Amino acid sequence: MSINALLTKVVNKGKRTDVPEFRPGDTIRVHVKIKEGDKERLQAFEGTVIARKNTGMGETVTVRKVSFGHGVERIFPIHAPVIDHVDVIRTGRVRRAKLYYLRGLKGKAARLRERE
Amino acid sequence: MSPGILGKKIGMTQVFRPDGRVVPVTLVKAGPCVVIQRKTPTTDGYDAVQLGLMEYVKPSRLTKPETAHLKKAGVEGVRFLREFRLGPGEGDLKMGDRVLVGQFKPNDKVDVIGVSKGRGFAGVVKRHHFRGGDATHGSMHHRAPGSIGGSSYPSRVFPGMRAAGHMGTDRVTVRNLEVIEVDADDNVLMVKGAIPGPNGGYVIVRRSKR
Repeated sequence: MSINALLTKVVNKGKRTDVPEFRPGDTIRVHVKIKEGDKERLQAFEGTVIARKNTGMGETVTVRKVSFGHGVERIFPIHAPVIDHVDVIRTGRVRRAKLYYLRGLKGKAARLRERE
Repeated sequence: MSPGILGKKIGMTQVFRPDGRVVPVTLVKAGPCVVIQRKTPTTDGYDAVQLGLMEYVKPSRLTKPETAHLKKAGVEGVRFLREFRLGPGEGDLKMGDRVLVGQFKPNDKVDVIGVSKGRGFAGVVKRHHFRGGDATHGSMHHRAPGSIGGSSYPSRVFPGMRAAGHMGTDRVTVRNLEVIEVDADDNVLMVKGAIPGPNGGYVIVRRSKR
């Protein structure tokens, strides 16, 4: 097997297969495992996907929400075991891959149309 | 058991430990290797095994002496040959024996030896980590080495003064890397951290001595 095929094979083996398909503009809810002492619970973070970065095992997704008037963004490594699962809440129609322009918008202006 | 194995660097990626921590890893296609020659104190004055990395080699790429040398061990496709010294009590390898990646297991410590990437004629900032001067604010001293010796005293340049010159393509050893995973089916060894050389470069993986 060629060198490159071996790398792809190893990377694909480590990737998670249970993450649903979603794109920038979609609204997702990410359930993260949180350790408190010896107990473990799930914490959800719901918001708009504004960027997906990198490929392979280091792929991350940036999720933005507005909480009590403040913009909050979290970056999740999507293949990490701390991510329990991801729900897709809503799809959004956008025309670019990185939605950093949403940071300058609020309220009605920051809405996204639903994808067909 | 062999003191080491030969391989080819595949590339880097990252994996997650069971506790969720991420580990940078390098993949090495290690083996299958074969013992091409067994050197003994009586015939050669020292104890060693010569291993060869088995891969496809076009027959016309090998010289006749090489072909004949490999034939003694009953193999054909070997381009990369390296010797490992054997200590007392390590002489259980025979000519023609296979050395596979399965003899390593996670948590083992290995040294990886390779030839570093060539940087060509490199300046002192890249080659010796000199700090360089300011880029702006009227500075006219950017990446030059500065003074290499006074004109009245010592009025010469001391031997060994670090200067610009050829960098890279050196034999580099990285010691005590942790083995993260071993895939015996695909002959893939996963070690923690970076190893010298470009992807596809030949490397020697040796059991760490300490």
